[in-house]
Amino acid sequence: MQRIRLRYTKRGRLRFTSHRDFQRAFERALRRSAVPMAYSAGFTPHPKVSYANAAPTGTASEAEYLEIGLAVTRDPEALRRQLDESLPPGLDITDAVEARTSNFVERLEASEWLLRLPGVEPEQAERAAAVFLAAEAVEVQRMTKNGLRTFDARGAVAALELLPEGTAQVGIGDDTLTDGAGDVRTGAPCAILRLVVRHATPAVRPDDVLSGLRSTADLAPPVPAEVTRLAQGPLDEQTGTVTDPLALDRAAAEVGR
Amino acid sequence: MTVESVFPRLEALLPHVQKPIQYVGGELNSTVKDWDACDVRWALMYPDAYEVGLPNQGTMILYEVLNEREGVLAERSYSVWPDLEALMRERGVPQFTVDAHRPIKAFDVFGLSFSTELGYTNMLTALDLAGIPLNAADRTMDDPVVLAGGHAAFNPEPIADFIDAAVIGDGEQAVLDITDIVRAWKAEGRPGGRDELLLRLAKTGGVYIPRFYDVEYLPDGRIGRVVPNRPGVPWRVSKHTVMDLDEWPYPKQPLVPLAETVHERMSVEIFRGCTRGCRFCQAGMITRPVRERSITGIGEMVERGLKATGFEEVGLLSLSSADHSEIADVTKGLADRYAEDKIGLSLPSTRVDAFNIDLANELSRNGRRSGLTFAPEGGSERIRKVINKMVSEEDLINTVATAYGNGWRQVKLYFMCGLPTETDEDVLQIGEMAKNVIAKGREVTGTNDIRCTVSIGGFVPKPHTPFQWAPQLSAEATDERLTKLRDSIRGDRKFGKNIGFRYHDGKPGIVEGLLSRGDRRLGAVIRAVYEGGGRFDGWREHFSYDRWMAAAEKGLTGTGVDVDWYTTRERTYEEVLPWDHLDSGLDKDWLWEDWQDALEEVEVEDCRWTPCFDCGVCPQMDTHIQVGPTGKKLLPLTVVNN
Repeated sequence: MQRIRLRYTKRGRLRFTSHRDFQRAFERALRRSAVPMAYSAGFTPHPKVSYANAAPTGTASEAEYLEIGLAVTRDPEALRRQLDESLPPGLDITDAVEARTSNFVERLEASEWLLRLPGVEPEQAERAAAVFLAAEAVEVQRMTKNGLRTFDARGAVAALELLPEGTAQVGIGDDTLTDGAGDVRTGAPCAILRLVVRHATPAVRPDDVLSGLRSTADLAPPVPAEVTRLAQGPLDEQTGTVTDPLALDRAAAEVGR
Repeated sequence: MTVESVFPRLEALLPHVQKPIQYVGGELNSTVKDWDACDVRWALMYPDAYEVGLPNQGTMILYEVLNEREGVLAERSYSVWPDLEALMRERGVPQFTVDAHRPIKAFDVFGLSFSTELGYTNMLTALDLAGIPLNAADRTMDDPVVLAGGHAAFNPEPIADFIDAAVIGDGEQAVLDITDIVRAWKAEGRPGGRDELLLRLAKTGGVYIPRFYDVEYLPDGRIGRVVPNRPGVPWRVSKHTVMDLDEWPYPKQPLVPLAETVHERMSVEIFRGCTRGCRFCQAGMITRPVRERSITGIGEMVERGLKATGFEEVGLLSLSSADHSEIADVTKGLADRYAEDKIGLSLPSTRVDAFNIDLANELSRNGRRSGLTFAPEGGSERIRKVINKMVSEEDLINTVATAYGNGWRQVKLYFMCGLPTETDEDVLQIGEMAKNVIAKGREVTGTNDIRCTVSIGGFVPKPHTPFQWAPQLSAEATDERLTKLRDSIRGDRKFGKNIGFRYHDGKPGIVEGLLSRGDRRLGAVIRAVYEGGGRFDGWREHFSYDRWMAAAEKGLTGTGVDVDWYTTRERTYEEVLPWDHLDSGLDKDWLWEDWQDALEEVEVEDCRWTPCFDCGVCPQMDTHIQVGPTGKKLLPLTVVNN
């Protein structure tokens, strides 16, 4: 069985796709494009697909990952193109590498997020970020399946900084995915924050950091923040950057050639 | 004039609502056409939640038929849940289409498909959100023509105040004909305004325009007569019938949603119409004559549809799918063709006889044999004669014996309660039948682990059926009868634990009955329910019987009639029924004779295999039933190289 790791996106209005919705759409795309899937054994065989660490419904992402098992060996790039064509625009397959290494999920150590805060002055966001980072711990609450949970949102944050205005829009702001209607964000201020969070238990989501910013620094965006995951992978603690989790597989594939 | 998308405004609301994906569109195989390049624009709405509306075949077919036409555009809309409705009202976001998020008010025609009467309040919500006046009389040139279709449109009188027009029967050709009329009127510069357009539609004889008819009432509250109130408007409006289904292989590119919906499968309608003659069944009566899709036509639609969607299941739809003249070849052919692809087949409507078990075996060839469903509809032999469901208890027991012998372990039986002439005894027989089924199952399999689920719905008399004159059983009497049945089942020591019992209380059925056989006087009631917060009446958690009864009391004041008058009252031969001027093709005298036969427990055969009974449909349409066999086989397709 050949295993292939894929990177995919949730862009524009399709960021409202839940993970379950994505799974169904992806498995149908596999059927439409007649990918020679390997199936699990048992009474009701399922195609071999494993998903890693899905972004919450409503947040866009440039860096989601999954792995599929094939019954017949395929060229990863040809497979990527074939699957990408079969999925609706917005759910795009952007990378495909043959799995040559183990512990892939463990390599997803951290996520880099972009937080657009329409209606928030950049200076105000910058001050709030400084207050948040200066705190030892920032207690936040979130409703979970097991009730209201209180936990620290500060410890997992490896970086939080203001990006200059006009930073290239990815994910949500992609005009081609919003009926071509363009953007209503004209004139009003908009702060853009870059956030790096370590994957830990309990998971700290961008929403948790936003509620931390509200509780520690009174940062209350007038409209919902637009959140995009830019990357997930190994964390370089020195620079606070997230690197490519497929790099090892890529290198191994080069050597194997 | 380009119409702006409301999406940017809607998008800001979506993080605050449940399942936002249902509002964003972008489904596989959906279509967004250039607004300015089209001169006739339809908004098609299924007035229920997206998860129910998206898989609706009627809407999907018309969407594709219209969009295939040059210069014509169709977009879809569904009911928004109350959480989003509240936000839309707060922020002034109008009812929108999910395709390009255009406001409904900007379209030429706003077509709504009513499978049931319980969608009426949702129509009012949508009109109000769209900024379209609720009363048709208040609309101007800026508003679309509000057009009702679907089975409930066979009696559109309760919503006559709110709709501009109704079409009964098959929509495929009808929407194209209406498009041509709208196009010509627009091209001429809209002469005579809305009135002229509606008059042109009315003159075709195939579009009902309620405002062109006056209803006169007798002193006792019954209808005196319904009269056209201007020249050129026909006394009766006829239904539309598409004769050759192979000419209309829709949907060709079924929509594949991202959100989860109630039917996640590729559906192919294998025939339309039914002549079994079950007297309670409105669908069977109003969709006559029988028209089969050919075996090769079915094969092509399945193949093309699976390629276009990636679905894992194929549903072969019709009112009684095992009745297709070549059903054995169809199911075997499809099971053979897709044996390697892990494609499941389903045949949702079933008939009780041994042939069916062979089919079921074929359909479940690669899967598990868990449950089979049959619909005897009536518990006693006598009541089954009344409703013309020609199944003997012996047939049923033989069928389940075969099923159990073939490895099936669970049988589900559907029944109705409240049928005409029904007594407690008829309903208690349902329990006896379930016990006999289990006893037979134990005997055949040698195990006690056999289950039988009994599922019971309340009977609602419907227009254009032989039971259109029948009294409906009151909610209290229905509940009382079902309680007796439940107690007799639960109290049985030998079988009670193996019988599952599912039923609905009688109250929603009374509201459905009120609307089904209602007339124009109910407009005030529907409006009052809507204004009192009524939404999603088909959903148990949103439905309020008390709200409907309070609205009826208020809305019917001064009319001399009440809810009982509409529901539990038996009608006489002479009475003018509210839908008499809508011609379903059925001869009213034939329906009356069949009603008399029902009361005398006389059965009527299926005219596909016996001589004609003069129901009136074929001569009226100058046609006859269209059945096979064609003798053709569903040849295996050549394997496509990857």
